[in-house]
Amino acid sequence: MSIPKPTLTALAALAVGLGGLSVAMIFFVAPVDSDQGLTQKIFYVHVPIALTAYAGFGLGAWKALRLLMTREERYDLESYTGVHQGTIFGVLTLVTGAIWAKASWGVWWTWSSDQLVLFLVLFLFYCAYFMLRFSIEPGPRRERISAVYALFGVALIPVSFFAIRLANDFIHPTVFTREGPQMTGVMFAAFCVSWVAISLVAYVMYRAELAGKRTDANLRELREALAS
Amino acid sequence: MPLGVVVDAAASPGAAPMQELRRVTDSLVTTATHVIRVESLEKRYGERTVLRNVGFAVRRGETHVVTGPNGSGKTTLLRLLVGLAAPSRGIVEVSLDRARVGYVGHESLLYAELTALENLDLYGRLYRVPERRERVGMLLERFGLWEARAQRVGSFSRGMSQRLALCRALLHEPELLVLDEPYSALDADGAALLDHELAAPDRASTVVVATHEPERLDPVATGRLVLGAR
Amino acid sequence: MNGYLGDVAALARKDLKLELRARDTLPAMVLFVLATLVVFHFALPADAGDDASYGLLWIALVFTALLGLARAWAPEREAGALDGLVLAPSDRSAIWLGKTLATLAFLAAAELVALPAFALLFAPLDLGAVAGVALASLGICAVGSLVAAMAAAARGREVLLPLLFLPLAIPLVVGGVGASIADDPSRYLAFLGLYDAVFAILSWAAFEYVVTE
Repeated sequence: MSIPKPTLTALAALAVGLGGLSVAMIFFVAPVDSDQGLTQKIFYVHVPIALTAYAGFGLGAWKALRLLMTREERYDLESYTGVHQGTIFGVLTLVTGAIWAKASWGVWWTWSSDQLVLFLVLFLFYCAYFMLRFSIEPGPRRERISAVYALFGVALIPVSFFAIRLANDFIHPTVFTREGPQMTGVMFAAFCVSWVAISLVAYVMYRAELAGKRTDANLRELREALAS
Repeated sequence: MPLGVVVDAAASPGAAPMQELRRVTDSLVTTATHVIRVESLEKRYGERTVLRNVGFAVRRGETHVVTGPNGSGKTTLLRLLVGLAAPSRGIVEVSLDRARVGYVGHESLLYAELTALENLDLYGRLYRVPERRERVGMLLERFGLWEARAQRVGSFSRGMSQRLALCRALLHEPELLVLDEPYSALDADGAALLDHELAAPDRASTVVVATHEPERLDPVATGRLVLGAR
Repeated sequence: MNGYLGDVAALARKDLKLELRARDTLPAMVLFVLATLVVFHFALPADAGDDASYGLLWIALVFTALLGLARAWAPEREAGALDGLVLAPSDRSAIWLGKTLATLAFLAAAELVALPAFALLFAPLDLGAVAGVALASLGICAVGSLVAAMAAAARGREVLLPLLFLPLAIPLVVGGVGASIADDPSRYLAFLGLYDAVFAILSWAAFEYVVTE
């Protein structure tokens, strides 16, 4: 007896379910933070979103490497979709980070959060990815150049992070400190559920977008073949 | 016969190994005599299909002429042969590495601000041409460019540039010469020189030429490929 | 000099020769960096400290480098010479290395003018600052040559190049400014060295994939 692979619909349903569970846990199970109150709850969403963004960029880079190694066309769409999802979640990271900053300290932006600054840099980098990709004629050239750029992206992540850390010494002294939350067991559980839910949502979105793009490509090929 | 062909399942068990051996030997012999093998070649740029289901083979020493109307993909095919483009589908097999292939494209591939000598010297260096100076000088003379050797290529006429491009392609004594409409930019003298090159009895190389005037190559052509219009 | 390094040398020499004849890129870079420094004088408020001016130096350097990088592959674009280089049996990465070294030479020449000018007009530069400039220039040219080759394959390449280059240049600016400001620049110089190593190797290995199909 073999276990059937879960369909996309099933995964989506699971994601919605887990999402609901995590919302419930965040608001009703996890304790309210003594310092920041309700606004601290954004942490349960903001950090998993950031981690998911990293995962997207990582996936994009891995598929890019596979493309360069094997020349198989399918990796190009997979790499692109990975980067695209990573960018979407990257923007969400910036947005949730801004909301958190506004709710906590009254400003929409602060340079003192290394992670936020890193995401700003990455946002610029990956926006340029799309500009680059769509300025090149579709074909093997575009695939390879996109792949190389995606690989540069993941190299940039740690290097930028070090740079931002170093820059803290001479750029705006830290006025706001964000404590790394010491998580109790319950908080950790809520965090994990939220993380799994968000990762699942991202995965479903990735698969959906990939399927959509593949269908587009097949349609175009068919149309081309019929026209000639 | 391509390498790696599927063994015919219908053959009797005892005969199968012999058949397979024969197929492999055939294909080895093929590779030994064929410089170029193209099979089911398809080239797409995004949605545009430039080449579809192209197949041909070129033996050592042949002069293969490629013709077809504008837009039929002659330039693309030649770029695929030399490795400047990769096939979308199908096989392009050239049994020579880059060092033994010479190419003349639509553009001259030369640096306008360098002199003829400097251009050839650079390519001679990159192609590890032995006795570079002598060979460069010999080719410049052969193509009537010796007097202009110290002139900026930017000041050359189109015919002169094309002649210099031919020098560049022949510099390393290539075993395969791929020419994309070489006559279109050549002046009368240059065209005569090229005719002479192609007809030379001691010419060691295989040649693939894309052209609008196939009649010109009738005396030397040994094979033809006509690309269909879209 | 034979083999790989010989190819690199021949290619770099070719670029130097081309610039010597055409003389369009280097004078523009030198003039640009001087003009930028003058503009910065008027852009700085009266009470701005030295630290701010070091920041502006680095902005000037990055944008001057961009100017040079925009023209880096221009000779190869005319008459399709890049195809000629790619067809040659030499390693494609040699093309990148030759171009990087030549671009570095031009940037260094511009800096030879820019740094004394800066020291004269704004604030003194110590050994740490100069070492920072040297190390960062390496990184700028290594990454810049590759990214410029990418942009060369695209439409709208003049606009695209800065967009591709600037995010990658941010760590270099951090390292460079830090080396200029800090009492002990060694951390920043080490970081610049790390950047150079990582991205030079990446660019060296990846160039082949950028120029071939």
